[in-house]
Amino acid sequence: MRALRAFFRRLRGLLDHRPASDDIAAELDSHVQMHIDDNLRAGMNPEEARRQALIRLGGREQTQQAVRERTTLPWIETFAQDLRFAFRQLRKSPGFTAVVVITLALGIGVNTALFSIVNTVLLHPIALPHPEELVAVDASKPNFEHGSVSYPNFRDWQRDNRSFAAFAVFRHMGWVVTGNGEAERVHGDFVSSNFFSGIGVKPVAGRLFAPGEDEIGHAPLALIAQGFWARKFGSDPGIVGRAMILDGRAFTIIGVIPASFDLNLGSFRAEDVYVPIGQWDTGALKNRGAGLGIHGIARLKPGVTLAQARADMYAVSDHLAAVYPEDDHGLRASLTPLRDVIVGNVQPILLVLLAAVGFVLLIACVNVANLLLARASSRAQEFGVRLALGASRKRIIRQLLTETTLLALGGGALGLLLAAWGTGAALRLAPAALPRAAQIHLSPLVLCFTFLISVAVGIFFGLVPAWNLATQQPQNTLREGGRGIRGSRHRVQDWLVIFEMAAALVLLAGAGLMIRSLVALSGTDPGFQSNGILTFSLSAPYSPGTATPAGATAWVHEVDRRIASVPGVTAVSFVDGSVPMTGDDDEELFWLQNEPKPSDTNDMHWALRYMIEPDYLKVMRIPLLHGRFFTDADRGKTPPVAVIDEDFAHQFFGEANPIGQVLNLTDPDQKATVVGVVGHIMQWGLDNDAGFPLHAQIYRPYAQINDGDGISAAGMTTDIVIRADHPDTVFPDIQAAMHRMNAQPVAYGAKTMNQIIADTLAARRFSMILLGAFAALALLLAVVGLYGVISYLVGQRTQEMAIRMALGADCGNVLRWVLRRGAALAGIGVAAGTIAALLVTHFMATLSLAKSSILYGVRPWDPVTMIGVIAILMTVALAASYIPARRAASVDPMRALRSE
Amino acid sequence: MSDKTDVWQGTLALMVLKTLESMGPQHGYGIARRIEQTSGNRLALNYGTLYPALLKLEQEGAIVSEWGTSDNNRKAKFYRLTRVGKKQLEREARSWEQAAAIVARFLSPAEES
Repeated sequence: MRALRAFFRRLRGLLDHRPASDDIAAELDSHVQMHIDDNLRAGMNPEEARRQALIRLGGREQTQQAVRERTTLPWIETFAQDLRFAFRQLRKSPGFTAVVVITLALGIGVNTALFSIVNTVLLHPIALPHPEELVAVDASKPNFEHGSVSYPNFRDWQRDNRSFAAFAVFRHMGWVVTGNGEAERVHGDFVSSNFFSGIGVKPVAGRLFAPGEDEIGHAPLALIAQGFWARKFGSDPGIVGRAMILDGRAFTIIGVIPASFDLNLGSFRAEDVYVPIGQWDTGALKNRGAGLGIHGIARLKPGVTLAQARADMYAVSDHLAAVYPEDDHGLRASLTPLRDVIVGNVQPILLVLLAAVGFVLLIACVNVANLLLARASSRAQEFGVRLALGASRKRIIRQLLTETTLLALGGGALGLLLAAWGTGAALRLAPAALPRAAQIHLSPLVLCFTFLISVAVGIFFGLVPAWNLATQQPQNTLREGGRGIRGSRHRVQDWLVIFEMAAALVLLAGAGLMIRSLVALSGTDPGFQSNGILTFSLSAPYSPGTATPAGATAWVHEVDRRIASVPGVTAVSFVDGSVPMTGDDDEELFWLQNEPKPSDTNDMHWALRYMIEPDYLKVMRIPLLHGRFFTDADRGKTPPVAVIDEDFAHQFFGEANPIGQVLNLTDPDQKATVVGVVGHIMQWGLDNDAGFPLHAQIYRPYAQINDGDGISAAGMTTDIVIRADHPDTVFPDIQAAMHRMNAQPVAYGAKTMNQIIADTLAARRFSMILLGAFAALALLLAVVGLYGVISYLVGQRTQEMAIRMALGADCGNVLRWVLRRGAALAGIGVAAGTIAALLVTHFMATLSLAKSSILYGVRPWDPVTMIGVIAILMTVALAASYIPARRAASVDPMRALRSE
Repeated sequence: MSDKTDVWQGTLALMVLKTLESMGPQHGYGIARRIEQTSGNRLALNYGTLYPALLKLEQEGAIVSEWGTSDNNRKAKFYRLTRVGKKQLEREARSWEQAAAIVARFLSPAEES
């Protein structure tokens, strides 16, 4: 209590100690006076009286100091003094301060931004309980490593396995929802009833599906997402038990899935509506051989390893293959840890970026160290004087540390602002493939990370010069006229700059190769002309008029006619099956005329199937190589025809003429005659088309496949491609045209082909832009470092150069000497950097993005890139040396010599 | 060193408080002289140590100070005991007496044996 009261009094003393110190002086004066008075009275002479009084007091200054220390809190006092002094010092050299703070801020800022992304994407990619137990379950088949699982196989695998605590399936789906406001297309998934309980999602209202509710023929139920609940039903608390009309059927809503649920797995998206898979009214659901795009997700039982689960599932699927050879021959379960599926594609590139950003931080730190070294040696005299006057080394080190920590904290704070901005900017560029992008934010962990980095950097690099200063002999420094410990410190600074140059070159080379890859890709011909193409989807509800084959055909014609009459639209085609670049693929299974019918589907030939209308070639501008394309005359009643691409022709007919060959098709069962050959198009994306095994392509007339059916009770959904003068802006007109039709088909999901292609390259562009930015930053920092060292050198050698010039060297000599020095440093850095860059780019070439290498169409030692980045680095380095060189050359010898 | 005893830590505060209690308001020099006189000049007081001790007591609220005029018409800072200080004096005097008594008891049997 007493101690506390005293503490507060002293704390107050800290704030107004100046009057107090006057007070102490006055009190001690009066003390001495009274003592002298007494001594005089005792008969001493005045001099002796004064001397005795001061002796008894024990030294007036010491006493005053003791009292003053007692007045305030000395350690805070010293710290405040250091802080004030540091601030004053930093304010005195704003250039130095700004460069150090900004350098650190850039290093720390980009680090924090990227670490925030990595933290969410790589370290916490799955927001579900015990994500390490989750595995993706697919069926591996001859043409597909991760093929879809047929529903009967799912049921048998589910029954027979001993490894899974839960095994569920999902299938992406879309519905037209009616009855609640405007007709709207919604996305969602068919799921088995244990899907949400299995992965560990709890509803925010109502309940999840119960076992058995996914059986075929069960009453229709649905779960809806929290966002959809809010948008469509105003978060009505009475939602559970209400009905919702999907594709004309009433589904009872039983629960709401939380908005926090996020899973981006294959075709699965956390979207609006979830329906039990038994509600899928496709006859193929019961077909064991059908590839319906159903994929599985399972949770391993506790203690079961992935290898054990794989062995178990191999046995289960192999057994089924023996029992049902016709459908399951060559088919096996394939298990992949969920984390690998989700981050597998982006992991290498994020690690490359993380390494790059580490380089940037390293360069930033080296720069700061360099600046601090230069500053310390230019202040050597100041510290020499202070040491000589009796300052303790501890005190000087403390003050230096205060200064650098202050700098580091300033850099850290600014870096954090930069990071917040940078994370947002990076995310705007981020590809949709980046898992959990929406959840990325600056986390407290990242905050600590930044803070620790900034403080550690400051303290570490504050210590190096502090150590040098504190161990030096003041007389040496003073003798050298403040030029400090010359040789060794120069060498350290030189090495640091060389390192910076080398590191910057590595980053530049990496970024250069990424840019070259993207250039090579954008120059790649996809086999069709993407400019001018717009794709969208169309959903039509059931209507009595379109329920008959004739009605449906008339309806398709009407849709074509209405879209074609929209101003600016030059060609229209329905597309069913594969759509290039979108990831939607569909396969035709067939055997050739001269082959016996294979006993099971997996022994048949496979080709990518495109079901299109005659104008498709005009829309896509795919070249017709031989024969003819389809016409309006190729209808349901006319002989079945097919058009194949050049790869198909080459693969199956070799040099023989493919025109007139007959193919035995399976879906529908038709014998189709090849009437034409067109150019190959890239189905899978510009960069990884070569990575997929399936290249043969077959085109079938939409009319010959769908002419026999009317639009079913569930309505129909199709994709449409058009060629238009202004594909970016024409879509609202098309929507309006559809709106005016009877039974209102809904057009949605418009994307230009250029957009779709850009999306396939998004991950590349993302990493290229980031890597480019990091490389530019590294270059900037390295150049600042070089500039600093050369400036320092020039500053230290002013006298020497003045003497040279006085002895007859001209400006040119001095200029050349300084430039040579800069070029030498940069040159050594470039040489070392080139070797390092070759190693790094070689490693980059082994990393892959999706199914192709990060480097595309460019060798890791690409001479153009290498020479280009070396030229850039050397030019910038010489420019950075030129400025101080000019300053050195323009020195007035007389003035420089006189000032020494 | 002389044969005078140094003032050991902790007791100086007690002496200051006692002095102020018996003499009333007094300045630092006066307190110092009084302590020396009371001890029969057997205590050597370094006057310099008195002032931090006074400041500490003041910060703890045991005494207050104000400027006044000394008997010899010198300006001087006078210290006065507060109520907190009186209590502190009683408490410390008591604990000091106890401590002294305990120490005395330890020492007396040794003298007898």
